[in-house]
Parts: sequence; structure tokens; C-alpha cells
Amino acid sequence: MPTNSNANIVLSVKNIVTQFNTVDGKVHAVNGVSFDVRQGELLGVVGESGCGKSVTMMSLVKLLPMPPGEISEGSAIFEGQDLIQTSINDLQKIRGSEIGFIFQDPMTSLNPVLTIGYQLIEPLRLHKNLSKSAARTRAIELLELVGIPMASSRLGDYPHQFSGGMRQRVMIAMALSCDPKLLIADEPTTALDVTMQAQILDLVRSLRNELGMAIIWVTHDLGVVANLADRVMVMYSGFIVERADVTKLYSKPKHPYTYALLKTLPDMEGDRSHRLESIEGQPPDQLKPTTSCPFAPRCEYAFDRCTHENPQLELIAENHEVACWWDMERHSPRPSTSSI
Amino acid sequence: MLVGYGKTFTTTKYKLDIALRMGELLTTKPLLQVQKLKQHFPVTAGLLRRQVGTIKAIDGIDFDLMTQQNLGLVGESGCGKTTLARTILRLYQPTEGKIIFEGIDMTHLKSSRLRSLRTRMQMIFQDPQDSLNPRMTVGSIIAEPLDEHTSLKGKERSGRVEELLDAVGLNPRFSNRYPHEFSGGQRQRIGIARALSLNPKFIICDEPIAALDVSIQAQVVNLLEDLQEKLALTYLFISHDLGMIRHISKRVAVMYLGKIVEVGPANELYTNAQHPYTKALLSAVPLHDPGREAKRERIILSGDVPSPANPPTGCPFRTRCPAVEPKCAISVPKMKAIGQEHRVACHCVM
Ligand SMILES: Nc1ncnc2c1ncn2[C@@H]1O[C@H](COP(=O)(O)OP(=O)(O)O)[C@@H](O)[C@H]1O
Ligand SMILES: Nc1ncnc2c1ncn2[C@@H]1O[C@H](COP(=O)(O)OP(=O)(O)O)[C@@H](O)[C@H]1O
Ligand SMILES: [Mg+2]
Ligand SMILES: [Mg+2]
Repeated sequence: MPTNSNANIVLSVKNIVTQFNTVDGKVHAVNGVSFDVRQGELLGVVGESGCGKSVTMMSLVKLLPMPPGEISEGSAIFEGQDLIQTSINDLQKIRGSEIGFIFQDPMTSLNPVLTIGYQLIEPLRLHKNLSKSAARTRAIELLELVGIPMASSRLGDYPHQFSGGMRQRVMIAMALSCDPKLLIADEPTTALDVTMQAQILDLVRSLRNELGMAIIWVTHDLGVVANLADRVMVMYSGFIVERADVTKLYSKPKHPYTYALLKTLPDMEGDRSHRLESIEGQPPDQLKPTTSCPFAPRCEYAFDRCTHENPQLELIAENHEVACWWDMERHSPRPSTSSI
Repeated sequence: MLVGYGKTFTTTKYKLDIALRMGELLTTKPLLQVQKLKQHFPVTAGLLRRQVGTIKAIDGIDFDLMTQQNLGLVGESGCGKTTLARTILRLYQPTEGKIIFEGIDMTHLKSSRLRSLRTRMQMIFQDPQDSLNPRMTVGSIIAEPLDEHTSLKGKERSGRVEELLDAVGLNPRFSNRYPHEFSGGQRQRIGIARALSLNPKFIICDEPIAALDVSIQAQVVNLLEDLQEKLALTYLFISHDLGMIRHISKRVAVMYLGKIVEVGPANELYTNAQHPYTKALLSAVPLHDPGREAKRERIILSGDVPSPANPPTGCPFRTRCPAVEPKCAISVPKMKAIGQEHRVACHCVM
């Protein structure tokens, strides 16, 4: 459970800036993102496609294609070591053992020509120095843990012999295999049916209570993290625009973007006759460093300040930060401490 | 035919609307009737491709669809939704049963009649990426059905393309661009423009929003609703998610292993679901409210949909049903009416 002590911070990210050099110019994908994750905490990261969620996560462990990608600033301290300054070789060891990954498409981490058993057992022998039979026993345990029926008889199966949802479970088992301190899950349920998604979310809820690791859960769907996350941060155009405890974020969103995202979700209980809310327009193309609020062109509360000054993330209530010049509760511009 | 093509074609949407509205007033019969429809695929093995089994992808589906009374069709992956859509459009020849569209039994129609009927029924696919040819411009993608079914040429043809782009909220000047230059939501709009090109009456939307961001899903659903109003369209809207479907459907049918297990008016189904499968689907939709989420009763189904090549005996849902009883293994439950237009197939619902 989250506490305010700094002692149990697992990962501390400061001011990550990542760009892509493309034929159209420099894409400013991540523009100074900072956050901490604590032991046993689940941090939700939400925002529309293209807002920089994946690039942020990939930057932390250099899973980014470089070039065209380039991390020009920032640090990510994990276990006293700055991941950004760590060599790819050393990172590979950390990735396989200390930090686990789950992606939207399981096939990005599963090898189609190797059996599931081999893919689970080999890393256990390598990173945990287990004997062949001990690794095999552990592999079966892991598959059982993630709810694969008849686990021991499935070690010899190849990834394609599993359904989409089951493959996602196998990937979770692999990510958990070396008892990582941090698990990064990038839209792992986005391609799944709602029922399969519900199964996976249920699994993660029970695993985190059991294993107590830190989890970063990335999704475009605010509904998904509502009953999963302890804290949620909302990203837009490579910036964090709001961050709060989960209940605060949903009950009192303070950024117009978060507010708009919440309104686009269909209500299961309310009146169905009203038109669905949507956010008109598109996120910016990020080809220029922004000098204004990136959400201003789509924001119904935008006023002149928003078009020439980009607001910084500021603490405005307990455990609640927002980057916005407008105070949605007072219906007036926010008196800014930094500008005085 | 209500709207002629070629020489009599009119580019003003207004006139088109009037023609379609008049047509609608004349129809009192269901737009589409599906009766005892079955689609069984053979499972073959060996060099001689001997048949060793049957995949009962669609196994006795019945429903009527009235003009502009959208039907939502929900169920998990593999339960037969796409097969049903393709069978209704006669992209597959049905194994058994009937498909009646605008009063015409089209189950066995020959190809020329079928071709002209097909212009009035269209389909929108889940992944706009897969259904749009990456080497064709958006203009030619949208005009393809026009070239195939009408004699529109030159200015009239490009005028129609621009009109369609405009109708789906895309800039008409985009017609020379390629699909990869558009976002997922925009590509879905291109797919919709293409489906509208021949003035269909009926559109099957096969998970059109499943691949899109939640915020973009709302845009596409709103667009489909606007177009329905303007063009008097009727949708069969397929989804695995009961969340969005409620907005666009008058009635909702829940499908499991090739059969409809519950059907009813949308509001009734969401407030008074009877089938354990419907209840499970409802409980799987995430609520965007941590307070309500924490309190709600969660029904988590275990495992996947069983293979339709080897379905369970008795009730198809019994292997995953949280309320299963011994009697469920014995016979297939029949559909019974339990309220105004609300029907359910479950042994445990009295
Ligand atoms: N390989 C790449 N080359 C150029 N731009 C990229 C590349 N990968 C990502 N981007 C850009 O970086 C931005 C952030 O992308 P991403 O982090 O994948 O978004 P999200 O995960 O939030 O959907 C987007 O504008 C995207 O187009
Ligand atoms: N052409 C085909 N030949 C054999 N089996 C098929 C064919 N098309 C679909 N199926 C099978 O029929 C079942 C239903 O598939 P589908 O209609 O695609 O389901 P859904 O759209 O609900 O996910 C699946 O088990 C699938 O493997
Ligand atoms: Mg991503
Ligand atoms: Mg399908």
C-alpha cells in the first residue's frame, strides 16, 4: 500500500525527455516526465494513443529504437542505479530479472518457435541459478499462478497453441518468473475481450496483494484502472497533466482533459438517450517544442494565458497535482505561485 | 429500388433523404428476418480431406430487425458473431435456415440478383487497417463500390466521393491521401464512407470500435447515430463489450457458442438480465468510478469459450456457468419469453 515515506521508492524517474528524428523533423514524444513508484503500489498511466505512454516506459529501459529515438535528458534511479546511464548489456540482465514487462501484443515477448516451457525455464536457470528440475517445478507453479489449466501438460506447447487471453497469461507468468521488484504493463488487456480483460485484472489484483511488487499499468482506458490503481497519472502530448490518488482523480478531476476523458466513457447505469461526449480535434503533431498548453486548442476552458504559457505540474491539494491555468472548481484562472 | 444510379443519380443529400424516408414509410414488414440460421464448417483431415467433424459456428439463430431499430449483438471472441454477419450477407452459403431481406428470401438467390441486393447491405469491419488497401488512395477506396455497381464517372464520381468524405467528417480534400496518413479513428471513418457509398439501407458493424481509443469510440458511435438519422439506416451492431452497445441499440441479443441465449430491449437487458452469461458480460465492463467498482459484485468467467467443434452437451454455457445444476448437462435449454419482448434460454430461469 502506498505510504509517503521515501524509503520504499522502487523507481524514481526525473525529467525524461525523448525525441525521434524523423524525415518530417524532430518529434518531441516525451517532454520532461517525472514520477516515483513505491513498493506494493500500482501506478496507472492513462491518455489517448500517441500521448507518449509507451515511449516513456521504453525510455526507462532502452527498449526504444535508437536511432531514430534519443533520450536527451533525465534519470531513472532503480535500486540505486541510473537506468538511463546503464549499458544495454547490463540493462538486459535487469530487464529479465528485476523488472518484468507485459505488452499489448504477447508475441513481442514470446518466441513463436520455442515452447512455453523452454521460454519459462531458461531465464529461471540463468537468472536464478535453478537446477533444471527446480526450474521446471517453478515454471509449472507460475503457470498455475496465472490460471493456465493443466499447467504441467502445457509446457511443451508453442505460443500459437494458446488463445489470446491465455497467451497474455503466459506472458505475465514470464514477467513474474524472476520475482521482479517492478512490473511494467503496457496496455496488456487492450486487445482482449472484456471478459478476458476482467480475468486478467482480477489476476493482477490478487497477485499484487500476494507478491507486493510495484506495478506501472499503462492504458488508454480510464475504466480499466479505476479499481486497480492506487494513484493515476494522466499524460497528454508527452507531458503529465494530472496526477492524483485514484478516488480523487475520478471524483474531482482538475484538468479539463481528464474531465473530458472521463465523460467519453459510456455510463452503464445512467440514461442512455443522451449523446456520448467526445473530445473534438486531435492531439498536436509534436514537431515543435510547445510554448503553450498542448491541450489548449481542444480545451473548452482555454483563455489567453493558455496560448502563450505552458503550465507546470503543481501540487494543488493533498496528493493531487495538475498542470492547468484554469481552476475548474472556482471557474476562474488559477492564481499561480510560480508567476508571482 | 428507391435510388437510381448513373444518369438519375442526384448528388444532393436532401433529395436522397426524401427518397429514403418515403421508402421507409412504405415498409411495415421487418427489414431483415433471420430464421433458424445455421452455418456449419466441415473439419477435414488427411490427404483426402476427409471430413472428421463439424464446427457449428452458427447453430440456429432467429431474429427480426425492424427499420431503424438497431440490434446489438454481443458475445466473446469465437462465439460466432462474424460468421453470422458474413452468412447474413451471403458471403457464406448458409447450411440451413432462411435470410429474408426487405421481404425477399435471399437464402438461395443467384449471383446477379444477389449482387444488386448486396448494394443495399454493407459491412464495416473491426480493424480499419486490414480492410483498407494501403496502396489505394482514400478516394479510390471509397469509389471502388461506385465503380463496381454504378456508371458514375468524372465529376459526378469525384463529387460523390467528396460528399461521402464530408458526411463522415473528413476533409474532402483528403481524397488523394493514403490510409497510413490517417489515425485509427479517421481510418474507421473512411471505412464508413465506403460502406455508405451505394446508399445502403442496412449496415452490419462488426466490432467497428474495438480497436479504437475509448475517446475515439465515442466519436465513431456518435457519427453512426447521426448518419442513421440522416440516411434512415438500420444497424446490426456487433461487439464483445456491453458498454458502448447500449447507446446504439434498441434491442440487444447475447450470443454464446453459435446460439442466442438472451434477447430483449436494451434497457431491460441492462437492468434485468436473466442469463448468467449476460450477467457475467455486464459485470466485466469496467465502471469508471472506483467507489462503485469496489462495491460491485464481480462475476469472473474462467477460461475461454469452448471449441464449437466439440461443444458441451446440454446447455452450451454450463462448463463456465457459476449457477450450473445437474439438469443443465441433460438438454439444451429452449428460448422462453419472460417479459415484453424479453426472451432467455436457461434451465434455471423460471
Ligand atoms: N519510432 C518512432 N518514430 C517516430 N515517432 C515515434 C516513434 N515511436 C513513437 N513515436 C511518436 O511518439 C509519440 C508517443 O508515442 P507512444 O509513446 O507510442 O504513444 P502511446 O503509447 O501513448 O500511444 C507519438 O507521437 C508517436 O508518433
Ligand atoms: N471459415 C471458417 N472455417 C472454419 N471455422 C471457422 C470459419 N470461420 C469461423 N470459424 C470458427 O467459427 C467460430 C466462430 O468464429 P467467429 O464467427 O469469427 O466468432 P466471433 O466473430 O464471435 O469472434 C470460431 O470457432 C472460428 O474458429
Ligand atoms: Mg502505447
Ligand atoms: Mg469477429
